[in-house]
Formats: sequence, C-alpha cells, structure tokens
Amino acid sequence: MDPKILALFLGMGLVTYLPRMLPLVFLSRRPIPDLVLRWLRYVPPAVLAALLVPELLLQGGEWHFSFGNAYLVAALPTFLVALWFRHMVLTVAAGMVLVVILRGLL
Amino acid sequence: MDKVQLLAGARSALPIIMGYLPLGFAYGVLARSIGLTVLETVAMSVIVYAGSSQFIAVGLLAAQASPLTIIFTTFLVNLRHLLMSASLVPYLRGVSQPLLALIAYELTDESFAVATTYYQEHQASPYFQLGLNFTAQVAWVTSSLVGATVGNLIEEPARYGLDFALPAMFVALLVMQLKNKGAWLVAAVGGGLAAVIGASVPGNWHIMIATVVAATLGVVSEKWIPKS
Repeated sequence: MDPKILALFLGMGLVTYLPRMLPLVFLSRRPIPDLVLRWLRYVPPAVLAALLVPELLLQGGEWHFSFGNAYLVAALPTFLVALWFRHMVLTVAAGMVLVVILRGLL
Repeated sequence: MDKVQLLAGARSALPIIMGYLPLGFAYGVLARSIGLTVLETVAMSVIVYAGSSQFIAVGLLAAQASPLTIIFTTFLVNLRHLLMSASLVPYLRGVSQPLLALIAYELTDESFAVATTYYQEHQASPYFQLGLNFTAQVAWVTSSLVGATVGNLIEEPARYGLDFALPAMFVALLVMQLKNKGAWLVAAVGGGLAAVIGASVPGNWHIMIATVVAATLGVVSEKWIPKS
C-alpha cells in the first residue's frame, strides 16, 4: 500500500474516532446533571429524523418534491407499516418492495 | 464476556447488514474506479469505517484534493458522532474504559440507532453493543471487498430496492422512538430543520445543528407538554 495513502487513512481514522470515543469514555465516570440527561434522551429521535428527512426530501442538496421521488412516496406507507407492526425487519422488507414497485410505476 | 448478549447484538444487526451490503459494495466499486487498490479500498473500511465520509474521500481523492482537505472534511462529516457517543453514556455507565474505547471505534449512525432503540426495552449491555457493532463492520468491510473485486460483475442493487434498506430502517427506528408528544415534536423539528438547512447551507452541518436545536426544544417543551 502507498504509505501516503495509509497515512491519509490513519489521519481520517483518527479524526473520526475521537468524536466517537471522547464523550463515551470520559463522561461515563462523571455525574451528569439531570438537565443534560433529559437533553440526551431527545438526541435519538432528533438525530434519526435529521438523518432521514433530508434523505427523503433532498437530492444533491435541492428540494425534490415530485411523484418521481420514489424514496419520498415509499416512505409514507413504510412509516404506516412501522407504526402498525413496530417490526424492523418487516418494515425494511416492506420499504424495499414498495420502492421497487414504485420505480416500476413512476 | 457474555455470549448471549454478543449473539443478541449480532442478530440485531440484520437490518444494518441489509443496508450496508449495497452501500459498501458501491463504495468498493467507486474506490477501485478512481485507482485505489483492493487492499487500500478495504483498508479505508477497516480504519475509518464511516460510510458517507468514505464516499466523500473517494470523490476528493479523484479531484486531487490535498490530504489535509480530505482529513478536515472527514472530521466535519463525522463530528455528529459526538452527540451519539454522549447519548450512549447513561446506558453504559460502569463499563470499563478500554471496553468503551473499543465500542466507540465502531459507533455509526446505524449501530447507535439500533442500540438506543433496543435499550428502551432491554437492559443495556456492552456485549450487546460489541456484537452489534462488530457484525455491522464485518458486513461493511466484506461488502467493500466484494465491490472492489467483483463489482463489475453484479447488477445494479437499486433494482432490488436495496438502496432503500437504510432509509426504511431509519423509518422503523424513528417510529420506535416516538413514544410521547415530546418525541414527536423533537422528530418533526429535527427532520424539518435538517432538510431546510441541508437545502440552504453547504456541507454537513445540518444534522448536528438540527439535532441540537430539536433536542433543546424537547427539554424546553417539557414545561408545557405533560409527560405521558
């Protein structure tokens, strides 16, 4: 392997690892104020929505509202499947089937 | 070492595997196409292990960007894990620091999402987390290798809807988080804000900004939404 490429990967790995590691390793020994704990409890719904919604609504940083947007059109029934069954593998399978059908139709 | 928890974690990685296979595969194909060797392609998946930033790095390498540019961009793209790492702290209290340092190495959006959803209904466990994380990275590294070696022989994964596996998984995980009005509010604001910022501000800041604003709003809203 080209040593320059290896050095690049090690640099990328380091700056990726530090934010993953520092809070977990260094906050776990300290008492956390109740307010912060309550705040942290809202991080999962917030970050999941923040990852998902742009994926559905944007394409290359532009709004993509159309029936041609199979992700967006498939996401709504997938959401209902998830709400109804609360089952992850079933939801993923339903989403994949929906997106294939929609691509055939749209 | 707790084998039962390790295996439970590995099993819970199934939806992540379904999502990672086509993505890792696509990464492998792309990395080879810009001239990385098979070893280099796989090494990035082992050392860095962060999907979107690996795609961006390949793009930047192709554009002859300087190593510092690539490293700094990687840092910005992956900074959001800071919030996820912090939010795992209450679940993994009392776990030894070396074990936490190991768990943190394979912390991704997907493993974080699956783990926190699991911990709402089960006892949190570092071994569950390890089993989950490790299985997910094995899937990522393996699919990178397959993409890098036989990529040109396999048909477009989008034909089978595989590209939608991760978005669909996030839909399911998000729904499982929506347990009270506060969580609905936080998700609506977080998602909406991330899209608005993502459409107007270049770069990868939208996820962190939207998360911080929405989680803060969640805490503030406890004053006027009764907890249910």
